[in-house]
Amino acid sequence: MSGFSSSSVAGRDIVALEGVTKRFPGIVANDSVDLSIRPGEVHVLLGENGAGKSTLIGMLSGLQQPDEGRILVDGKPTPITSPRHALALGIGTVFQHMMLVPTLTVAENLLLGGPWWQRPRTEELAARVAEITGMLGITVKLQAKVSELSLGEQQQVEILRAMLRNSRLLILDESTSMLTPKGIDELGALMRRLVEQGLAIVFITHKLKEAAAFGDRISVLKLGRKVGEIPPERFRTLGEQEIVSEIVELMFGKQKDDPEAVERPVRTARAGTAPLLQVADLAVAPTDNAPGLSSISFDIRPGEILGIAGIDGNGQKQLAEALAGQRTAAGGSIRLDGAAIETLSVGERRRRGLRYLTDDRLGEGTVGTFPVSINFFLKQVGAAPFWRNGVEKRAEIDKRAAQLVREYDVRTPSLKTPVARLSGGNIQKVLLARELAEGAQVVIFNKPTYGLDLANTLASRQRIRDTAARGLAVLLISTDLEELLGLCDRIAVIADGALVGTVENVDDARTKVGRLMIGLAA
Amino acid sequence: MTGLFSEVFLSALLFGAVTAAIPLLLAGLGEQISEKAGVLNIGIEGMMLAGAYLGFVGAFYSGSLWLGFLTGAVGGAAVALVMALLCVRIGLNQIVIGIALTLGLEGLTALLHHFQFSRSYPRLPAAEATVIPLLSDIPVIGPAFFKHHLIVYLAVALVFGMSYLYRRTQLGLNLQAAGDKPAALDVAGIDVVRTRTIAVLTTGALAGLGGAYLANVGAGLFIPFITNGAGFLGIVLAMLARGRPIWVLFGALLFGVCLSLTTAMQVAGINIPTDIIQMLPFLAVMIMLVLFGRRASLPAALGIPYERGAR
Ligand SMILES: Nc1ncnc2c1ncn2[C@@H]1O[C@H](COP(=O)(O)OP(=O)(O)OP(=O)(O)O)[C@@H](O)[C@H]1O
Ligand SMILES: [Mg+2]
Repeated sequence: MSGFSSSSVAGRDIVALEGVTKRFPGIVANDSVDLSIRPGEVHVLLGENGAGKSTLIGMLSGLQQPDEGRILVDGKPTPITSPRHALALGIGTVFQHMMLVPTLTVAENLLLGGPWWQRPRTEELAARVAEITGMLGITVKLQAKVSELSLGEQQQVEILRAMLRNSRLLILDESTSMLTPKGIDELGALMRRLVEQGLAIVFITHKLKEAAAFGDRISVLKLGRKVGEIPPERFRTLGEQEIVSEIVELMFGKQKDDPEAVERPVRTARAGTAPLLQVADLAVAPTDNAPGLSSISFDIRPGEILGIAGIDGNGQKQLAEALAGQRTAAGGSIRLDGAAIETLSVGERRRRGLRYLTDDRLGEGTVGTFPVSINFFLKQVGAAPFWRNGVEKRAEIDKRAAQLVREYDVRTPSLKTPVARLSGGNIQKVLLARELAEGAQVVIFNKPTYGLDLANTLASRQRIRDTAARGLAVLLISTDLEELLGLCDRIAVIADGALVGTVENVDDARTKVGRLMIGLAA
Repeated sequence: MTGLFSEVFLSALLFGAVTAAIPLLLAGLGEQISEKAGVLNIGIEGMMLAGAYLGFVGAFYSGSLWLGFLTGAVGGAAVALVMALLCVRIGLNQIVIGIALTLGLEGLTALLHHFQFSRSYPRLPAAEATVIPLLSDIPVIGPAFFKHHLIVYLAVALVFGMSYLYRRTQLGLNLQAAGDKPAALDVAGIDVVRTRTIAVLTTGALAGLGGAYLANVGAGLFIPFITNGAGFLGIVLAMLARGRPIWVLFGALLFGVCLSLTTAMQVAGINIPTDIIQMLPFLAVMIMLVLFGRRASLPAALGIPYERGAR
């Protein structure tokens, strides 16, 4: 493959879509989309949540069949009948939702798909993995169970798996959403190297800066239709800012310099008020492959947002789960409004006003096969007014659910739609609506905007601000430093399960947090 | 009462325990492979019955026990094929189909047996034992464990074969993925429906073999409803074994002891109502469920039909 130079193969599509339409009950997910995917190019696919990006990828990887239109591979019309067929055609995909078996180890997951009569070739795998991880600049624990990994680490494993397959078309569906800024840059550089070797890449992201920095060609989807394309010739002549503003215009029809930049309102210091959440010396025992927590202490006052910065997999998940009561603490105290809650159950903590928005939206956040309406009230099952004497009150549930759908702008065909059918951004809105409802006092957000499009990201951040403005205490865990700087009053940095420092979010916070994250003193 | 703990009695008791355990072991191992792959196979009782009936018929007319085992396994697999078509390929509810198959085969085998043999219950000659030299000379243990039909040793060897399959082979990985996250298996290029079908057919063959052993070696004859819940006990064993074949073996032996004790106490004429004695194995099930049921960990996608691209 490396024999080709990118100019000699450019201009011929590896894969092309012609007028592809895909319908789901109540929705047209793709509406006669044309797309050309060429070797030597990073083709960026942009679009709001629910625009139909993943559906398009589903058809390219053999999971779905188009209702109309056709797919050409090397110029020949080729129905891609199964994922196996897609792999055989050289199409490797990193899916938006995790496609790893949680009960198997990383190595076993990577070996999945080999001929069944063979013994898994572990040694061979280790050698090839070492080669690729070296190139990617990541480390992967081959013997760790996938369920022990953070979502960021899982994402790295999935990228690694796609690389192991020697695909000639590599599809990355929001594969940067869980990576650190450094990891994202490395992935960008890697994509560049790969396309220079003649590979084709389809890259889906919600970060316009990534699109501008890594892309060669950009296509924008909106409500299932392709609304615009910036071909490479034009792409090269534009600067990053021009590209970003052109995309924003295509996507939202409005123009704005840096849509993510928001002035952070200076909140009045509430030093006088008593902290709503007090955590002292919280500790969690480590497991084989997940770090524990040691002597975590912090306070959050009403109306305050405390950020937790750090590289993914340093104990963020453990911290959130220990606070929510999903993970047993080995020691330390947690006080909510002065009362000790460390021995209480998950449900009781929730009743007292502690809310946790997990980053694992489909896994632990919602029950995918239940309708949207029920998912709003999952944590109140059996309670009045939605259940009376153990009987579900449909009318009551639907009434309130309809209200929440409107209030949180959840895009769903109906209240009865299983929540897993919604796009990522809309699942997040369902979670937000549920957790911020009645009685919340302290809210823990774990990576609240990952996988959300720009409009939804901004809306979610506004919700977080509003939450604090209502006088709630907010703990915001995020790997996105910009997000933390834009929202928090103070930012603590977590490394290896311990808080290595806390800084006030004033002028030089960025450098201080940055120094703490790479292990220097602030 | 004095006879109860004599050497002869004890080894007879243990011999009976092994004989009773083998069908449970085969059913449990069979159920385990289905469950690993994400299919809750309630039809296993029906598969055992089909195996018992066809196994008996095969052995009766051919005069060969081995041919009986073969026809039994094929019979069980044939029922499993129906299950695989309806539940794995078409995606119908596994519990409903499983119960339907069990009920259907209870009736069908009883009916066929009635037509063929009317009310007579012909017997097969006693199974020939393979005596293991030296080991069989050990007092008590020897006659209890080392004087069985060859298939018994093969069934025990199968436990280790299954462990190897699950832990060391690609197929083992595929099976586990099919049960825990079928979509991940699918995008890795392995057909989930095919993987699950293989698992269900294996279940059927093992359950059928277990049924054939029960009829041909354990009882020496076929009577309607002969399995008497052995398939369901297999389901319990598989659930408690947490995916480990060796635990199926231990569990099967424990139940085997209970079943054998039931017979032994009746023979010894102990003065307890037989109803209570017959409850013993089921009491053991309940105790095991109370003690270990909480720790049973089942595959995440157990009982959920896989449909590509659905979400
Ligand atoms: N299997 C399915 N069954 C029913 N509806 C579906 C299915 N898959 C997708 N949809 C619907 O199709 C639309 C497009 O979804 P898709 O996942 O392609 O969006 P997306 O652009 O990837 O969004 P996001 O950025 O949030 O991931 C959504 O409205 C979604 O609810
Ligand atoms: Mg998507």
